[in-house]
Amino acid sequence: MSAGYITRISGPVIYAQGMDDAGLYDVVKVGKAGLIGEIIKLKGDVATIQIYEDNTLMRVGEPVECMHRPLSVALGPGLIGSIYDGIQRPLPVLKNVSGAFLAPGLAGEPLDTSKKWHFVPLLKAGDPIAPGTAFGIIQETASIQHRLVFDASVPASTADWIAPEGDYTCTATLVKSREGKEYTAVSWWPVRAARKFTEKQITHEPLVTGLRVIDVLFPIAKGGSAAIPGGFGTGKTMTQHAIAKWCDADIIVYIGCGERGNEMTEVLTEFPSLIDPRTGRSLMERTILIANTSNMPVAAREVSIYTGITIAEYYRDMGYQVAVMADSTSRWAEALRELSGRLEEMPAEEGFPAYLPTRLAEFYERGGMVKTLEGKKGSVTIIGAVSPPGGDFSEPVTQHTKRFIRCFWALDRDLANARHYPAISWNDSYSEYTEDLIQYWDSIDPAWDALRTKTMDILKKERKLSEIVRLVGPDALPDEQRLILLTADMIKNGFLQQSSFDTVDMYCAPPKQTFLLTCILTFHELAENAIKNGAPLLKISALPIKEKIIRLKSTLENNKVQEGQAVIQEIQQAFTQLGVGAQGGLSI
Amino acid sequence: MRGLEYHGILRADGPIVIAAHRENVGFSELARVRDRTGELRLGRIVDISEQAIAVQLFSENTGISIDESWIEYLEKPLTFRVGDGIVGRIFNGLGDPIDGYPPITSSDLRDINGRPINPSARVYPRDFIQTGISAIDGMNTLIRGQKLPIFSGNGLPHNRLAAQIVRQARVLSGESQFAIVFAGMGIKYDVARFFIDSFEKSGVLSRVVMFLSLADSPSIERLVTPRTALTAAEYLAYEKNMHVLVVMTDMTNYCEALREVSAARNEVPSRKGYPGYLYSDLASLYERAGKIENCEGSITQLPILSMPNDDISHPIPDLTGYITEGQIVLERDLSQRGIYPPIAGLPSLSRLMKDGIGEGMTREDHRDLAAQLFSAYAYVRSVRDLAAIIGEEELSDRDKIYLNFGDRFEREFLAQGEFENRSIEQTLDLGWKMLSILPEAELVRIPPKLIEKYLPRTGNGDPAKE
Ligand SMILES: Nc1ncnc2c1ncn2[C@@H]1O[C@H](COP(=O)(O)OP(=O)(O)OP(=O)(O)O)[C@@H](O)[C@H]1O
Ligand SMILES: [Mg+2]
Repeated sequence: MSAGYITRISGPVIYAQGMDDAGLYDVVKVGKAGLIGEIIKLKGDVATIQIYEDNTLMRVGEPVECMHRPLSVALGPGLIGSIYDGIQRPLPVLKNVSGAFLAPGLAGEPLDTSKKWHFVPLLKAGDPIAPGTAFGIIQETASIQHRLVFDASVPASTADWIAPEGDYTCTATLVKSREGKEYTAVSWWPVRAARKFTEKQITHEPLVTGLRVIDVLFPIAKGGSAAIPGGFGTGKTMTQHAIAKWCDADIIVYIGCGERGNEMTEVLTEFPSLIDPRTGRSLMERTILIANTSNMPVAAREVSIYTGITIAEYYRDMGYQVAVMADSTSRWAEALRELSGRLEEMPAEEGFPAYLPTRLAEFYERGGMVKTLEGKKGSVTIIGAVSPPGGDFSEPVTQHTKRFIRCFWALDRDLANARHYPAISWNDSYSEYTEDLIQYWDSIDPAWDALRTKTMDILKKERKLSEIVRLVGPDALPDEQRLILLTADMIKNGFLQQSSFDTVDMYCAPPKQTFLLTCILTFHELAENAIKNGAPLLKISALPIKEKIIRLKSTLENNKVQEGQAVIQEIQQAFTQLGVGAQGGLSI
Repeated sequence: MRGLEYHGILRADGPIVIAAHRENVGFSELARVRDRTGELRLGRIVDISEQAIAVQLFSENTGISIDESWIEYLEKPLTFRVGDGIVGRIFNGLGDPIDGYPPITSSDLRDINGRPINPSARVYPRDFIQTGISAIDGMNTLIRGQKLPIFSGNGLPHNRLAAQIVRQARVLSGESQFAIVFAGMGIKYDVARFFIDSFEKSGVLSRVVMFLSLADSPSIERLVTPRTALTAAEYLAYEKNMHVLVVMTDMTNYCEALREVSAARNEVPSRKGYPGYLYSDLASLYERAGKIENCEGSITQLPILSMPNDDISHPIPDLTGYITEGQIVLERDLSQRGIYPPIAGLPSLSRLMKDGIGEGMTREDHRDLAAQLFSAYAYVRSVRDLAAIIGEEELSDRDKIYLNFGDRFEREFLAQGEFENRSIEQTLDLGWKMLSILPEAELVRIPPKLIEKYLPRTGNGDPAKE
């Protein structure tokens, strides 16, 4: 064991000598208080260490002990519903030790070692074991079956003994191999290493979020990656909360990385009482929280996203569809910058280290749809918030992130100021998954692609026309062009805008999504006809059915879409009463 | 070691003093430097190696010489002495009384850096604070335990607004023990005087704890002032169960002091020369607001900052906005048109509003009403832009109505007297009165049943057209 000692302390970065047998990224215990740190650089016997806790009053000369293992997370039953700090210390346990305020040097078991789980073996003595072999099942929550699968670090062997079905704590031995190695329900995995899988796959399945602007205009695939950039207060966190609540993933890992404490509390107080429409169970029963808020140690903020993604990969490897929310990746990048500055490294753009793009790429690369070692299909979808300084997207974190994601949900300050939420700009956002997902949407509504194209088209035309209006006023436009403005307005108010506080509208199921669009576009098409036949726009825009369509999102419940069909007839009637051609329905 | 002074330093560079290495000196602990005149200065250890110790002073370094200086290491971080006696007192930024009364007698010393609140021990803030100001209560509601800064500019009435908030703030659900903590950083004496007078007039001076590091105090002391103040606030809130309102002004001066120190340490700057850790540093202050489990008290923060050049994207307001739970933005244009308080309708935001309003807290129509006012006012802005180009007469009838709405909204709803205290019902009713200017079909953000119930109407059933 190496007996190192501190030679220099510079904030959360310290230098230690006498570390000759230590390895890069090994965990160390620093000082008399035994604070947890990680070796981030080694040169001769001098190690550079980042400390995950407050090191006030630490002295030069204090001991440093190397643990000879990389920083790892504990993976096993009991993760679901937990809240951890960036290095997987269970916050409620720490609260019992030190009260409402976090003190340095605290420790706590990440998984409850006293709780008994019901174990059902999947192997019998004499069966082969290898990475990817499932050896048992534990029902972790009412809806989550925890498959115990040997990970890539397990050497191939034969099972000598398997625990019979029964209740065990997570420290109990469940399998013994021929070589005498013992396995429990808990395994450890180094956070900075991606977990292994058989192969990556392309998906044609969307992650349905229930947010219309995303699902219809800028959809994301399961296993995909998206960035939500936006200035302060434009709605990154609210969007991520909404997705975490209503998206159709099996498991949510929510990483609060350098953000507000109250936002984590909000999740903790709100999610348990919300019901997952797909399982009928509390949303907390599919959620894991990593909370390393802005005032917690910055080095632990840097690791927090790795801790989160490793847990996500773990559930992926059981065959689950996992969605990771990282709020905010900019704060993670700033942690990198701060630590890099302490290391006196050569800065690249805006003080960020030159390896920022590599780290970002590595992170997003850990998402994806995979065939697991066991042969199941599992996915990790990554949705990262980006907080550009001054809301200016040309800064390094946004720019580099753009290279590694395929969905870009750009939040717009003007929309947010007008309280048009979600403030996702239809001009600046994009999704590269749209083509891959058409098949899925076809099964919901064969017109999806056409509706989508038409909507985008109207919004695009409206943008051009607004520029003219801004110069000369709307009166200069002919009625058919003013109709574009009117319909665009209906699309914005009746479709794109979706408040998280509207109990009916906060989640919109796919059939309702396409139905709302159908209503608006039917109105548009009939209005176009009517104008051709000489009806004045003024009369069309005064039709009460217009207001009804706009309000439909809040009045029509997700499971009543069938009944809503009558609205289409009402629209047709309204135009018939105008006295000009109301034949036919929507022709797309 | 404590009680032992080491003679001589190696180097002095701005607020940073480098001394030879000594045994038993801890990171971040307090050091006291004595110069040849006997003057004492406090500083904090920011870097220690086997060769040297870097001390960052909290005051000017004039008079410090290489040979004729003595350093004592105090083996503790900077602390503040807490006790019942602190309420009603005035301290400097370092926590020493400056009001001429005797020092605080208590053996309770608190590290001014505090400790981060365990996120799982927080209680989500929900209690509505009525400030009596329509633009705040109606549109950007303040919640007990929130951090809600005022983004202002030179010459704008942020101090009057802050004083009005302090004077009028009430919680509807019963009364409880409250205190006010005031941290003045780099402000002029007359600003401090204004606040003292205003506290005195409203009869709360005996409930105020003041920390003043005025413009003529060393700029570095400003780095400590808010921490000392928040330590006092935490003591009162979490140990004495009081509801504490913390006014911190001017955060811009604080950030500038931070930049100064960072430059002296030759750190790689990020935007506009501010250090890369400005966000984390500000968070270590702002995140000290809130409520915790098993405790009655709360800390509500009302930081004030002046935006350099009225630029909201400047790193100071920008990073503040990224940490706080919204912002009250003051607008020069409104102020020049004689509107007080000149609270900008659109960029202002309260993020905790969503859970603190509505039935049982304010009124059932509050959320939808506010959403409609915001969206109508946003449209007014675009109509005004258009009118500026094509002329008002050329506007459509609908747009003309919006223009009228915009003007009246600013003059009647946003604007109010400095001593006018409106109840939340008055504010909401006034909001409805404003909406009644618009055609009813425009009110798509509000459910029909609320329109039915609250929209003022004339006798014939039409919305009141005034
Ligand atoms: N979908 C939504 N529905 C209703 N209100 C919303 C929505 N999105 C955002 N808001 C409003 O905007 C406010 C700010 O949103 P949010 O906290 O998500 O911003 P943010 O982009 O995460 O900001 P920051 O970068 O400072 O964390 C919310 O408090 C809420 O009032
Ligand atoms: Mg946020």
